[in-house]
Amino acid sequence: MKTAPEDVLQKNYITAEYGIRSWLLTRDHKRIALLYLISITLFFFVGGFFAVLMRLELMTPQGDVVSAETYNRLFTMHGVAMIFFFLVPSIPAVLGNFLLPMMLGARDLAFPRLNLLSWYLYMIGGCYTIYAMVTGGIDTGWTFYTPYSTGYSTTNVVPVVVGIFVLGFSSILTGVNFIVTTHKMRAPGLTWFRLPLFVWAQYATSVIILLATPVLAITLALLGVERIFRVGIFDPALGGDPILFQHMFWFYSHPAVYIMVLPSMGVVSELVTCFARRRIFGYRFMAFAVMAIAVLGFLVWGHHMFVSGQSVYAGMAFSALSFFVAIPSAIKVFNWTATLHKGRIEFRTPVLYAFGFIGLFTIGGLTGLFLATLAVDVHLTDTYFVVAHFHYIMVGGAVMGYLGGLHYWWPKMTGRLYHEGWAKFSALILFVGFNLTFFPQFVLGYLGMPRRYYIYPEEFQVLNVLSTAGASILGFGYIIPMVYLLWSLRKPRTAGPNPWNAKGLEWLTPSPPPTHNFDTTPVVTEGPYEYEEKSADDG
Amino acid sequence: MTDSHSHVAHQFDDLAQQQDASNLGMWAFLATEVLFFGGMFAAYAVYRTLYYDAFVAGSQHMDVLLGAINTAVLLLSSLTVALGVHEVKRGNNAGLTRYLLLTITLGLTFLVIKGFEYSHKYADGLIPGVHFTLDGPEHVGLYFILYFVMTGFHALHMIVGVGIMTAMVIMTRRGRFSPEYHNPIEVSGLYWHFVDIVWIFLYPLFYLIRVHP
Repeated sequence: MKTAPEDVLQKNYITAEYGIRSWLLTRDHKRIALLYLISITLFFFVGGFFAVLMRLELMTPQGDVVSAETYNRLFTMHGVAMIFFFLVPSIPAVLGNFLLPMMLGARDLAFPRLNLLSWYLYMIGGCYTIYAMVTGGIDTGWTFYTPYSTGYSTTNVVPVVVGIFVLGFSSILTGVNFIVTTHKMRAPGLTWFRLPLFVWAQYATSVIILLATPVLAITLALLGVERIFRVGIFDPALGGDPILFQHMFWFYSHPAVYIMVLPSMGVVSELVTCFARRRIFGYRFMAFAVMAIAVLGFLVWGHHMFVSGQSVYAGMAFSALSFFVAIPSAIKVFNWTATLHKGRIEFRTPVLYAFGFIGLFTIGGLTGLFLATLAVDVHLTDTYFVVAHFHYIMVGGAVMGYLGGLHYWWPKMTGRLYHEGWAKFSALILFVGFNLTFFPQFVLGYLGMPRRYYIYPEEFQVLNVLSTAGASILGFGYIIPMVYLLWSLRKPRTAGPNPWNAKGLEWLTPSPPPTHNFDTTPVVTEGPYEYEEKSADDG
Repeated sequence: MTDSHSHVAHQFDDLAQQQDASNLGMWAFLATEVLFFGGMFAAYAVYRTLYYDAFVAGSQHMDVLLGAINTAVLLLSSLTVALGVHEVKRGNNAGLTRYLLLTITLGLTFLVIKGFEYSHKYADGLIPGVHFTLDGPEHVGLYFILYFVMTGFHALHMIVGVGIMTAMVIMTRRGRFSPEYHNPIEVSGLYWHFVDIVWIFLYPLFYLIRVHP
C-alpha cells in the first residue's frame, strides 16, 4: 500500500463549504456531479412511475387501468423522461463529471462555470418538461413523428420540445468540456494510450454529443415552427416532407443510442480489469473500437426507416452499414471476456453488474442484427421485438453499467462503504427481474404484438403477465440500492482512499477527495491497468 | 502550483494551457454550430432539389441590393474584429476599443437592414403562417419558411455576437487585456467570423438563385 494515511482533519469537497448557496453556486466538478446524481435519479423514478402504470395496464388484454389516450401519454412520457433526462446525461454527467478530471490528474474540468451552467440548463429543461407533463402531457411517442406531432396532437408538444431543446445545450456544454479537458489537461506522462478506457469512452461520447445534438435541436425547432405557424416543413398536407423529419430526427437519435451505451462500456472496462486483477486484453483495440462505434454510429440512422418509404437502395446501404457496427461491438465483448479469462475474479458487487452488462448487451446487440436485416425488419418493425431489443441495450446495457459504476465509485464519492450483501442481492434481483420483464417481449414481438397499443388479443396474456411480474421485481430491485446507498451515508467515512485496491489516478486521493483533488499533480509512468505485477507481489 | 499571473484560473497550470483550452473549446463549440446550421442547409438542399422552380420564383422577391450591402457590412465587421485582435497584441487598448465599437456598429447596421427587409416582406405578404398572400408556384412557401428560419437563426447569432462584443468592450475598459492576455478577444473573434461565414452561404443561396440559376 503506497497510500498515505488519511488525515481525518483534512477538508474534503463535501465539507469544504456549507449551506445551500455553496452547492447551487459551486464550480467544483465533484459537487456538480452530485447535483446531477440527485436530479437524474428523480427523473429515473418519474420515468419508472410511467412504466409501472403501463405494465399494470398490460396485465390484461382489455383496457382497464387507463384510457387509450392516457396510455399514449404514458409511453411517450416514459420515453422522454428516461431517454433525454436520465440515460443521455446519466454516466457522463454524474460519473464522468466526477471522475474525468481525477482520472486525468487535473484539478477540475477546463470550464467549471460552463459545467455549472450545463446543470442549470438541465434543470430548466427538466422543470419545463415536468410542467408540460403535469399540465396535459404529450402523446406523440418520444420520436415526435410529423405530421401527427405538428398537425393533429392536441397535447403539449411545443413545451416538451422546448424543454428538450434547452436540455440539448446542457449536453453540448458537457461534451465541449470533456473534449477540451481530455485534450489539454492530462497529467505529465499521461499519453493518449495510457488513458483509462473510461476516459476514451467519455471522449467518444462527447464527440457524438457535439456533432449530433445540434441536429436534434434544429429539427425540434423546425417542428415547433411548423406547429406554431401551421406552415409546411414536414407536413405533406402543407407541402412538406415527413421523411425529412425522420432522417433529421434519427441523425441524432441513432447516435444517441451510443451516447447512452458507450459510457457504460467505459465503466465495464474499469470494473472487469479491477476485479479480475488483469490488464485489459487488447487495450488499443478497445480504444479504437469505441471510436469506431462513434463514427459508424453516424452512418446507420436509416435502419430506423426501413418501412418509412425511403429508397430501397438507401435501405440496403443502411442495412449493410449497420452490420459493421457489430464488429467493434464484438471486439469489446470478446476482449472483456478474454480479460476475465484466467483472472482471479473477486465477486464484488460492481463486477456482478459488469457481468450483467456483458450478457445483456450481447443479447441486445445480436437481436440488433435481426433488426438490421431488411427482410426480417419488415416483419418486426413496431413490434415488441424492437421494444425488447432496445431495452436490452439501454436498460440491460446502459443502466447496468451506470449502477455498476455507481457502486464502484460510491466509496470514492462519499467515503462510505455500502452493505455488500444487500448490494449483491439487488444486483441479482435486477438481473432476474430485467430478463423476466423483457425476454417475453422478444417472443411477443416475434408473434406479432405491435408496440404502443393498450389492448391486445387474449393469446398474448401469459407473456404479458410474465413481463409485468418481471417489472415488479425490477422495480423492487431499483428501490433496494436507493435504500442501502442512502443508509450508508449514516456510517462513518471509513472506506479509505482505495477500498478495491484499484489502479487509476482517482484512487490516489483521499475518499472523499479534497476540492482541488490532488495536492501535487501526479506523474504517470505506466498504463492504466497494471494489475498483474502487483498481484504477484501480493501473492 | 499556479503561475503568479492573476488571469490563470485555478484548474490550469499556466496561461498557455488556459489559452489552448479556451481556443479548442470555441472550435469545438463551432463544430456544434456547423451541425446546427447544417441541419437547415440539408433541408434547404432537399427542397431546392425537389422544388427548384418554386425557389427561383421565391428568390424574385429578395432585395438583392440590401442583401449585398449587408454582405459588405459583415465582411467589413470581420476585418474590424481582426484589426482589434491585432491592436491588443500590440498593447494598444484604445485601438482595440475603437475597433470593437466599430464592429458592434456594423453588427447593428446589419440587424437594422435585416429588420427593414423583414418588414418589407411583411408588407408584401411574404411571411408564411403570419401574412402570406403570394400566388406563386406550389411550394413557394417552403422557400420563404427556410428563408425566415435560416436568416432568423443567423440574426439571433448576430444579436448574441453584439452582446459578446459589448462585454469585450467593458472588459477592455476595465483594463483586463494585455499583449500577454487577450484570449477572450480572440475567442469572441472566432465566433464572430463564424457567424459571418454562415451569411456568406446564406446570401447566394437565397438572393442570387434568380440571378444565376
